[in-house]
Amino acid sequence: MKKPFAITLDPGSSLANHTGSWRTSRPVYVDRLPPCNNACPAGEDIQGWLYYAESGEYERAWLELVKNNPLPALMGRVCYHPCETACNRATVDEAVSIHAVERFLGDEARRHGWKFPSPAAASGKRVLVVGAGPSGLCAAYHLARLGHAVTIQEAGPLAGGMMRFGIPQYRLPRDVLDAEVQRILDMGIELQLNTHVDDILESMQRGGFDAAFLAVGAHVAKRTEIPARDARRILDAVSVLRGMESGERPQLGRRVIVYGGGNTALDVARTAKRLGAAEAMIVYRRTREQMPAHDFEVQEALDEGVMVRWLNTIKRIEDTTFTVEKMVLDSEGRPQPTGEFETVEADTLVLALGQDVDLSLLQNVPDLAIENGVVKVADNMMTSHPGIFAGGDMVPSERTVTVAAGHGKKAARNIDAWLRGQTFGQPDKHALAGHERLNSWYYSEAPKTVQPMLEMIRRQSGFDEVQGGLDESNALFEARRCLSCGNCFECDNCYGVCPDNAVIKLGPGQRYEFNYEYCKGCGLCAEECPCGAIDMVPETT
Amino acid sequence: MSMQPVKFYQTGTFTVGNRLLEGPARSVQANLRRTNSLNSGHRACQGCGEALGARYAIDAAMQAASGKVMAVNATGCLEVFSTPYPETSWQIPWMHSLFGNAPAVAAGVAAALRVKGRTDAKVIAQGGDGGTTDIGFGCLSGMFERNDDVLYICYDNEAYMNTGVQRSSATPPAARTATTMAVGSKPGNVFGTGKNLPLIAMAHRIPYVATASVANLRDLEVKVMRAMDIAGSRYIHIHVPCPLGWGSEPADTIKIARLAVESGLFPLFEAEDGEVTDRYTLRRRVPVTEYLKLQKRFAHLFGKEPDVRTIAAIQAMADHNVAHFGLAP
Repeated sequence: MKKPFAITLDPGSSLANHTGSWRTSRPVYVDRLPPCNNACPAGEDIQGWLYYAESGEYERAWLELVKNNPLPALMGRVCYHPCETACNRATVDEAVSIHAVERFLGDEARRHGWKFPSPAAASGKRVLVVGAGPSGLCAAYHLARLGHAVTIQEAGPLAGGMMRFGIPQYRLPRDVLDAEVQRILDMGIELQLNTHVDDILESMQRGGFDAAFLAVGAHVAKRTEIPARDARRILDAVSVLRGMESGERPQLGRRVIVYGGGNTALDVARTAKRLGAAEAMIVYRRTREQMPAHDFEVQEALDEGVMVRWLNTIKRIEDTTFTVEKMVLDSEGRPQPTGEFETVEADTLVLALGQDVDLSLLQNVPDLAIENGVVKVADNMMTSHPGIFAGGDMVPSERTVTVAAGHGKKAARNIDAWLRGQTFGQPDKHALAGHERLNSWYYSEAPKTVQPMLEMIRRQSGFDEVQGGLDESNALFEARRCLSCGNCFECDNCYGVCPDNAVIKLGPGQRYEFNYEYCKGCGLCAEECPCGAIDMVPETT
Repeated sequence: MSMQPVKFYQTGTFTVGNRLLEGPARSVQANLRRTNSLNSGHRACQGCGEALGARYAIDAAMQAASGKVMAVNATGCLEVFSTPYPETSWQIPWMHSLFGNAPAVAAGVAAALRVKGRTDAKVIAQGGDGGTTDIGFGCLSGMFERNDDVLYICYDNEAYMNTGVQRSSATPPAARTATTMAVGSKPGNVFGTGKNLPLIAMAHRIPYVATASVANLRDLEVKVMRAMDIAGSRYIHIHVPCPLGWGSEPADTIKIARLAVESGLFPLFEAEDGEVTDRYTLRRRVPVTEYLKLQKRFAHLFGKEPDVRTIAAIQAMADHNVAHFGLAP
């Protein structure tokens, strides 16, 4: 080719100039552990299922959710959502209302009749689950998904455990509970009701079970000694709440005192109010801040007219006259008596002082480690007896439905591994996605959607569900408030902001790749990544 | 602003893309098949705002003109880092003549197209602030005055960066450059100097004038595409931080551009026929110190004793912009 005057070279592209050699540190895509997932006792991949909910793929979101927890409609109602306490969105405006979206997905599943995926090929192994509470049901579900044949033996007349006999209907409507339990049983799980296991080893041998998961819960009410001339009117919270389910509502009278400061005490006081008690009063020996009950429940109870005497103990009861003593906190925050007394009139006292576990089914198991009335289990949820696993309220832990569900899942995966002669390897957790890694500029202003609340008069007089659900439009809105902490959600920022076109977009769902031939390592992509999913790593050579 | 911001879609229109938005509502830069008019391998510094701004603008222009865009480039960083002989990073017809004559050459290209009866191809002239506000100013004013059918884009990094960070008439007061050193009783560039080219362009009553920032991609793209739809002289002034000249971290380029906008120092507005028609209202207003602190060219304001008087004077400039252009939300 004849070149113009003074031109000796053909034109070329700058692609020949590999500017990647300038780099001193390189961007790397990472996945980090969102704080919600980290906080979830049931080990849900919350950010993972919200991702699908964000684009309106509710069934896919639900399927993603039930990989870890088969009870979304229920969890969305009764879980105390530690995920929301951990949520990074609180540093932007307010936490994402995860429980409300979970509940929405659970209710959609019921409405549309969504089904769990088919279980894995049958393993030929049989597992006995004792107790049809949240832990037992979840263990059964996960075991069934893994291909094992599961039989649940439940002492009570209905499945659900404390979800049925402990949580009042205004928090958990029974049609929701029944539907989610039934969906689990429909996986081919055998449920034997009114079947009290007296001797676990004998039950296992008789049924030819290869392993057992025990989740009998804690149903034995703790008592305390209060001098009383007439003890007829002293009830315990467990029997009151259980009585609510037996068709014959407990007679509590006009003025009810509940003794204790946990969520159960609040449940009983709110139940008493709904049964027509003119006065429902909680007596608790410590302060509101020290109450084990969740503050939003305390507030809901106060809103409904439940009264609370903080820093009070009950000294004695004469007929309907209760003598209470005022307490003060000492320097260590413990309540100490003051010697100041007052009297209160009441017809009934309900003790809500906690529950113990009935461990009688284990009495013939040799070498079983029991401590403080609960069964000790190893990291894999197995008791000191090989093949017998345990979880839920009967092992040392926080006693919530979600923790129980998490135990069920964990136990199921370990039982599965144990039955195969392996050990279950928990995958390594990603580093936590802290809020300091977020670039909050990129997130839209979007305050939390408020769930509708039932009118006060109906809350004080009936057992209708207090908190309503979200509808499709605001559930979608709420899901889209998720910041996707630490996990790429394909916002194209890195692809856009690279001055060197060194980010390759791989297409929907495929995320991106860096083109290290040209990446100069400026770090703009990492800085402008909204969710902190890019690390800058020093080059070694 | 001129586009309809999308709210409540997780990131709305703040991010480059958004998988929850319909295709047409996504940015040009989010597109898998964007032109990449300024391709990889260019020799701009790490985190170069100008390289980014040029790709943003020309890719948008290419989309608006169905790929029929040619560009005339003034001398400057953009020209030097993109076209060391015999390589080019440009994937469009592109030519360079001199430092000061880009508007005149572009006017000539437009005239040639007119003679040939070509109405489909569009001409863009582009340069840095030195080539625009100083050296090419006469040619630019002439182009405006004749209303030649050219879109002129100025990438403003507030000094002559290519030759070693000398002051231009776009250098802000108090900024340290090689020719306005941070020494003496009034260190840095002198207050009361410099020119505001968007306002001068407006005074020519050309059909369209706009300011834009690399920190606000959607806004920038909409303005370029709107300008491409208008005949006659059009002017877009894009704020592009320069890590080398400003003494900032390469990773902070967009953050700094954003702080310039959100502090009120660099107002984003549009004007048609000499009148301001729209402005970007600040989303999260910040004091100017947030912007200044990230740049070593203003480090002398934050020594052992902060130079509160100078900082207050810069804040007053920002406050004036907020009041004058109506930037408060």
